[in-house]
Amino acid sequence: MSEPHIETPQEADEANARPVDRPIPTGGVVDEKPAERSNDVLLEVDNVTLRFGGVVALNEVSFSLRKGEIFGLIGPNGAGKTTCFNAMTGVYRPTSGGIRFQGESIVGKKKHEITRGGIARTFQNVRLFPEMTALENVMVGADAHHKTSVIAALFRLPRHRNEERTGQDRSYQLLRFVGIEHRAGDVARNLSYGEQRRLEIARALATNPTLLCLDEPAAGFNPAEKADLLALIRRIRDTGVTILLIEHDMRLVMGVTDRIVVLEFGKKIAEGTPTEVRDNPAVIAAYLGVPTDAA
Amino acid sequence: MTTEATGSTSAQQAAPDKKKWKSNGGARGWYSRQSPLVRGVLAVVFAGLAFLLPYVGEVPLIGPQIVTQGIDWPSALFNISYYVLLALGLNVVVGFAGLLDLGYVGFFAVGAYTTALLSSPDSVLKTEWGWLATVPIALAVAMLSGLILGWPTLRLRGDYLAIVTLGFAEIIRIVATSTETLRGDRGFSDIPHPPGEFADGKPIFGVADAVPYYWLGLGVIILVILGVRNLDRSRVGRSWLAIREDEEAAEIMGVRTIKYKLWAFAIGAFIGGLGGVMFAGQQGFMNSQTFVLQFSILVLAGVVMGGSGNIAGAILGGALISYIPDRLRGIQDPIWHTDLFGFRFAIFGAVIIAIMIFRPQGLIPSRRRAMELKDRAKEVAPIE
Repeated sequence: MSEPHIETPQEADEANARPVDRPIPTGGVVDEKPAERSNDVLLEVDNVTLRFGGVVALNEVSFSLRKGEIFGLIGPNGAGKTTCFNAMTGVYRPTSGGIRFQGESIVGKKKHEITRGGIARTFQNVRLFPEMTALENVMVGADAHHKTSVIAALFRLPRHRNEERTGQDRSYQLLRFVGIEHRAGDVARNLSYGEQRRLEIARALATNPTLLCLDEPAAGFNPAEKADLLALIRRIRDTGVTILLIEHDMRLVMGVTDRIVVLEFGKKIAEGTPTEVRDNPAVIAAYLGVPTDAA
Repeated sequence: MTTEATGSTSAQQAAPDKKKWKSNGGARGWYSRQSPLVRGVLAVVFAGLAFLLPYVGEVPLIGPQIVTQGIDWPSALFNISYYVLLALGLNVVVGFAGLLDLGYVGFFAVGAYTTALLSSPDSVLKTEWGWLATVPIALAVAMLSGLILGWPTLRLRGDYLAIVTLGFAEIIRIVATSTETLRGDRGFSDIPHPPGEFADGKPIFGVADAVPYYWLGLGVIILVILGVRNLDRSRVGRSWLAIREDEEAAEIMGVRTIKYKLWAFAIGAFIGGLGGVMFAGQQGFMNSQTFVLQFSILVLAGVVMGGSGNIAGAILGGALISYIPDRLRGIQDPIWHTDLFGFRFAIFGAVIIAIMIFRPQGLIPSRRRAMELKDRAKEVAPIE
């Protein structure tokens, strides 16, 4: 399957002039009405191959994310999901292939440039700044879009103080949004595991992303926590943020995503709505280990 | 300055051990609970007391114990002031940004040499500027040297950066020793003192009285403290802390890591250069022997001893590394009847070892640094 290429965001904005080769996702088993979504492609992963020496971590993987959807990236352990994430956020540079975000290539861009451009992420293993307070952690994210820097900070210029204040207010709001406002003053390492995961999401949201990538956000959660997380993910999507979700837990993925790509051994083996993917024999084989010729 | 700082340390130590890391007890906790007005007044009082330090010898009973004997007390105080300045600068690099810099003396040298080149009659430039005129240029050159050193090397991490900075300081020293322009051992003499005259026409900054130099140093220190504190509490400080804790995560969260590391280097170099300029202005003479490697190590030891990442800690550490050896001057040991100053490094080593054993986070630790250290200790030896 090849997705249409987009050269400029302006072109993409021309009222859905471009036919997309799939219908608007229905949301699968989700009980909510899917919000009205455009067919605009937000992120396009185009034939990305990533090799580490002799190991092919990603093999000609292509898929694209549309604005406003919740997109799932799933696959068994070692399938290359996090590697794919890392390629998108600038941690790894693809050996070949292109990644375009809002029509602009982001291959070879610096990590912080990609973040400022609108892609934020969380980590599979929580990577907060452990000795900073929860609020400060979020403020680091909020700083990404602040203009004043060393000179203004040195003399505490009014512009700088304003930015600090708005950054702080916004960070508080985000902490409230993810439900851990009461821990604002506590250092991150003293937060519970679930709170840390939420804090990571708040920190990523503080960078004002268009696309939020969550790397196994529910790992180690009990069912109640997972339900809360699902609600949070939907609330984030409702604010207009597109979400890319890596997840192990099939039930969670099926419940929340609009579309899914399945990776196995670095190759895309399926793509579609949750129901389509669930019934795909290759996916069943990958997850249950039924021997097939295709694998 | 020294006395107040130590006072708060012992109060800190007296706090119950269990709560040591995040306790709001002790002098620091009490201070942080006061209203901004009270804190401001206290800070002014402390600063005022620091300005009166040259006359501490007049205080009955305690005074004579504090003042140095083998070196006149105001000179010792001036020495303290530029060591404190260097410790404050190095604290930005090592304590805030977490970049191990073993060649900090290099920036001190750059500042001092620029002043000497522009002002001393021995210089090939023959400009013979006044001291004050050299200050902005010396600081700019020091900062520039920080950027030049930092630009290619800040991509290195940890030990590798330390090795490169070590090399940098040695390069500066060897260049100073072996080039004709920088005059090696012969050095520069007659570097002018800072300007200013009393009403009766005598210069304020003379040869005999070091008190004005100390006051000048103290004034500069206060300005530096204010600036560094502002940075530490802003997004700049947050960025440094984020880089120190998880550089990659920081960058993925949008922190321009190279930019902020370069700034840390440049600010450190600026403050180091400032120390060098003041040193040159007070001494009037300097040569390449002034900038030996052990100087860098000493300042680093001061920062670590006082409490890396904490401004008060850096001040205390910087003051101690200068004060302890000076205090030892002119005291005879009971066995060999030699000057204890000769044993300064032995005593120093013992003190540092003791501090590393009993208070590895430094005398006035940064709370965050202390916890980072504790984390590492836990990784090494689980408590259970």
